[in-house]
Amino acid sequence: MKRALWTLAVLLSHWRRHPTQLATLLIGLISATALWSGVQALNQQARTSYDRAAATFGGTRTAMLVARNGATFPQKLFVELRRAGWPVSPVLEGRIQIEGRSFRLLGIEPVTLPAEVGNAPTIGKASLQSFMTPPGEMLVAPETLSDLKLAEGARPEGDGGAPLPPLRVQPNLVPGVLVVDIGIAQSLLKMPDQLSRLLIGKATGKHPTLESVVGDKLRLVESDAETDLERLTDSFHLNLTAFGLLSFFVGLFIVNSAIGLAFEQRLPTLRTLRACGVSARMLNAVLVLELVSLALIAGLIGLVCGYFIAGALLPDVAASLRGLYGAQIPGHLTLKPQWWIAGIAISILGALAAATTSLTKALRLPLLATAQPFAWQQAQRRWLTYQSALALAAFAAAGGFLWFGDSLISGFAVLAALMLGAALILPMFLELVLSFGQRRARAPLGIWFWADSRQQLSGLSLALMALLLALAVNVGVSTMVESFSRTFLVWLDGRLAADVYVNATNDAQAHEIKAWLRERPEVKAILPGGRADTQLAGAPLEVLGLPDHATYRENWPLLQSTEDAWRRLRPGDAALVSEQLARRLHLSVGTRIEVPASGGNWALDVVGIYADYGNPKGQIAVNFAALTRRFPEIPLTRMGLRVDSPKIPALISALQEKFGLDDRNIADQATMKAESTRIFNRTFSVTAALNAFTLGVAGVALLTSLLTLANSRLPQLAPLWAIGITRRRLAAIELLKTVSVALITTIFALPLGLLVAWCLLAIVNVKAFGWRLPFQIFPLQLLWLTGVAMAAAVAASALPVIRLARMQPASLIRIFANER
Amino acid sequence: MTKGNPSVTGPVLHVAGLTKSYRTAGEEIAVLRGVNLTVAVGESVALTGESGSGKSTLLHLIAGLEAADGGEIKLADASVAELSDADRAEMRRDRLGLVFQQFNLIPSLTVEDNLGFQSRIAGRHDAAWHHELVERLGLGRFLKRYPEQLSGGQQQRVAIGRALAVKPLLLLADEPTGNLDEDTADEVLALARDLVTRSGCGFLMVTHSTRLAATLDRQVNLHAGVIA
Repeated sequence: MKRALWTLAVLLSHWRRHPTQLATLLIGLISATALWSGVQALNQQARTSYDRAAATFGGTRTAMLVARNGATFPQKLFVELRRAGWPVSPVLEGRIQIEGRSFRLLGIEPVTLPAEVGNAPTIGKASLQSFMTPPGEMLVAPETLSDLKLAEGARPEGDGGAPLPPLRVQPNLVPGVLVVDIGIAQSLLKMPDQLSRLLIGKATGKHPTLESVVGDKLRLVESDAETDLERLTDSFHLNLTAFGLLSFFVGLFIVNSAIGLAFEQRLPTLRTLRACGVSARMLNAVLVLELVSLALIAGLIGLVCGYFIAGALLPDVAASLRGLYGAQIPGHLTLKPQWWIAGIAISILGALAAATTSLTKALRLPLLATAQPFAWQQAQRRWLTYQSALALAAFAAAGGFLWFGDSLISGFAVLAALMLGAALILPMFLELVLSFGQRRARAPLGIWFWADSRQQLSGLSLALMALLLALAVNVGVSTMVESFSRTFLVWLDGRLAADVYVNATNDAQAHEIKAWLRERPEVKAILPGGRADTQLAGAPLEVLGLPDHATYRENWPLLQSTEDAWRRLRPGDAALVSEQLARRLHLSVGTRIEVPASGGNWALDVVGIYADYGNPKGQIAVNFAALTRRFPEIPLTRMGLRVDSPKIPALISALQEKFGLDDRNIADQATMKAESTRIFNRTFSVTAALNAFTLGVAGVALLTSLLTLANSRLPQLAPLWAIGITRRRLAAIELLKTVSVALITTIFALPLGLLVAWCLLAIVNVKAFGWRLPFQIFPLQLLWLTGVAMAAAVAASALPVIRLARMQPASLIRIFANER
Repeated sequence: MTKGNPSVTGPVLHVAGLTKSYRTAGEEIAVLRGVNLTVAVGESVALTGESGSGKSTLLHLIAGLEAADGGEIKLADASVAELSDADRAEMRRDRLGLVFQQFNLIPSLTVEDNLGFQSRIAGRHDAAWHHELVERLGLGRFLKRYPEQLSGGQQQRVAIGRALAVKPLLLLADEPTGNLDEDTADEVLALARDLVTRSGCGFLMVTHSTRLAATLDRQVNLHAGVIA
C-alpha cells in the first residue's frame, strides 16, 4: 500500500509541474461528460414525459376497447361487459377551454380503474369521495397549475362561464391534461352516457368473448411497449444523441492527446520507477487509479455543466417537440439518480478508453530505453497508411449501409461511417497537400514551413479531426436547415393562400358568419374547410376537405400529379396524398386507397402527392363537398377568405365585433405565416445551439493540442531563433501554420459537410419524417463557416503564439545549455 | 582561398570587462566578473574551464542570445550590446555560425535543406562553397536523409556545415564533440578546423577536453568568472 502511495505521489508530481496539461485533460473530460450528459438529460426528460402521457388512463401502454369507427359509444356497452365479467373501466375524452387555452379532458371511473394502469394517479380512499361527488375535483399536473397561474383549490371557468371542479395537483399527471370523474366529464363535454374507450384490467376469471357480449360494436386494441410518441420522436432524440456522441468523442480526442503527451513526458519517470522495483502491474494499477480519480472529479464537474446545458436548452427542446410532434414536455428538469451514475461512468470509461494506448505501452514498457532513434518519418508513414486503410474500410461500411440499409438507424450509420472515414483519412489528405507545398517551395523558410507542418501532423491530427467533424456537422446541419427553411417558406406561401382564416365556435355560428360575409363586397371568395380523422393501415389519418376553387388550383404546391388532378378531385373519388403518407404506404399517382369513413370504406384514386412538412400524421386532401357527404358529423366551422388586401384589418375587426371572435378564432395570413415561421425557427434553435457547442469544443481541442505541443516544440524552434529568426517572426510563422492546416481541414470539411447534408436530406429526413427536401448549396453560408473556422483557429493559436512571441531568451537558451 | 569577409582586418571578436549574474532563489550569482577576450581573423581559440565556470554563458552573450549586465562585446566593428533584438538576430544569421553539443538540427528538414538553411535565409548562399562543404564533410550520400537517420558524428558534421555555409566572421561551438566518442570527436574537430582555416573565420570553442583544446591555436581558461 505504501509503495502504491509513493508511486502515486511520484506520478502526481508530473501534473504539478505541468498544470496546463492537467487543465487540458480535465477540460477534455468535462466537455465530453457535459455535452453527453446534457443531451441524455434532455432525452430522459422527454421520455419520462412520453411515459406519463402513455400511461395517462389508457395510453398505448394499456389494452383497451374502442368503437369500430373510432367515435364514442354508449355507456350501456360498459355495463354489459362488466356484467359479463370483463374487467373494464370507462374513459371519456374531449377538449375544453380554460381562459382561452385548450386542454385535454379525461373522465375516469376511479372505482373500476385497473390498478396497473401505468402511473395513473392513485386516488386514495379519503379523496375518492371528494373526487366523485359534486362539485368533484379536477386533477392537474403541477405544470398545468402554474401555466394557468391558479392556486390549488381554485375553480376556473370553463366554456360558457360555468365553474369547473376545484383543481387538485397530481404530480404524476402529464401537463395539459385535466382529469375528472366520468360523470362530470360527460356533463362538461355535453356527451351524456357516452364513452371514448374502455380500459382492460387483469382478468381474474374466464369471461365470454367480446363479440358474444357487444357484437362488432367494439374492437380490442392491444397494449404497445413503445408509444406512438416515442416512435415519432425517435429521430429527434437520435439527432440529439448523435450531437452528444460527437461532442463526447471530440472531448475524448482532447483527453487522448493530453494523456499521450503526459505519458511520453513521464516515460523516464516510469522507467526509473520500474528500475526501482515497482512492478509493471503495480505501475499500471496506480496509473489507472490516477486516471479514474481525475475522471471522477471531471465527471462531477461535467455533470453539473451538463445539467445547466440541458436546463438552458430544455425550453427550446420542449418547443421543438411540441411543434413537431405535439408532445408536452415540462419546462423544468427532473433527473433520476441513474443519470448521475451514468454520467460518472461515461466519464471514467471515456478516460480509460482514451488512455488505452498509453496504458498498454506502460504495461509493456521495457526497462531500458531502446537505442533505436525514433524515426518520425517512417513512423508517420506507417501511421498514415494504417489510418488510411481503416478509413477505406469505414467508407466501404458507409456504402454498405447506404446500399443495404432501409431504416433510420442505417441512415445514421451511413453518416457515422462516412464521418469516421473522413476523420481517419484527414491526416493523409493533409500530408499530401503539405508535401505538395513542400515540393513547390523554393525559399528555405518556405520549405521549413511545409516540412515542419508535416512533422506536427501527428500531434495535431486529433484536434484537426475534431475540427473536421464539427465543421462537417455544422455545414451539413446548416445546409439542411437552410434548405428546409427556404422550401418551408415557399410551401407556406402555397398552403396559406387564403387571406383570412376563420374558425367559428360552432356550425350555427359558421352559417351566420358565411351569410354575413356574402354581403360584404370586399370578400372575393369564402373557402369552406373541413377535417375528418380516421385510420389508414393502422395509423391515424387526417382527411382534409378542399373546395373546388382557383385559389387551391393555383397555389397548392404538388410534388407529383396527374395532368388534371384538381378536376379529378371534383367527383369525390380521387385524393391528393401527403408525401409522408405516400412514402409510408408506398403510394404513387394512380394507386387506389380505401379510407374508412362513417358510412363504410371510401375508395379513392391517388391523383397527386403534396408536401406536408411538420405534420406527424398521414394526410389526404379530397373535395370538400365529398368529405361532408362521407363524414357528415364533422364540424363545418373552418373557412378561408379571399379579401382585398387593404380591407383585411377592417374586416377582421368587424368579424370580431359582430361575432365575438378573438385571436384564436380569426387570423390573417401574415400572422399565421409569422407564427409558423416562429415555430419553425424555434424548432431548429436547439440544433443551432448544439452546432455552436460542438464547434466550441473543437476549438478547445485545437487550443489544448497547441498548448500541449507548445512546450515540446521549443527544441524545434530554438535553433531557428539561434540562427537569426526573431521570436516575433517565429510566432507569426507558427500562427500561419495553424491557420493553414485549419484552412486545409476546412476545405476538406466543406464537401464532407455537403455530403452530410445530402445524407440528412435524402436518407435521415425521409426515414424520420417521411419527406424529402431539395438539396441546395448556400455559398455565403459556407463562406461564413470558413470564416468561423479560421477565427477559431486564430483564437486557439493566439495564446501559444503570444507566449512564443514574448518568450524570454533564457527559456530558449535552455535548449542549448549544457551548463551554466 | 579565403572565404571570410576580407574587409575585417582587426580582431574578429573583442570582449572587454564583460559581467553577467543570475538571480536564483533570491540569491545573486555572479557568473562572469569582467571577462576580456580577443579572437583574431583565422584564429582558433579553445575556451576551457570547470563545470559552472560560465563558458556557455560567455558564448551565449557573444552570440547575442542573452544580454550582458556590463562590459563590451564587439564583433568586427559592431557592438553587440547596442544592437536591438532584431539586429542581434540579423547578426547571428549573417555573421555568426553556431554549433551546439545537441546538434540542434531541424528534424523536419532533410540534411541538404538543413545544410543550406542559414545561408539561404541570410541571402549568402554560395553554391560552390556549399558543394565543397558537402564533399569535405562527406555528406554526399546522406543529403536526402533526415537528421534522425544519421549517427551523432554525422549530425554534428551537418551542424558544422550549416554554420559554415553562411561564411561567418566567427564560428562559436559549445562542446561540439561532447556527445561523440573519442575517435569521432577527433575526426569531426579535424574537419571543423580544416574548414575554419579554409573559410578564414575566427573560431571559439568551449570544451572540457584539454586534449582537444590543445589542437587549437590558443587556449584560454575561464576560472571564477574571469579569464585566467
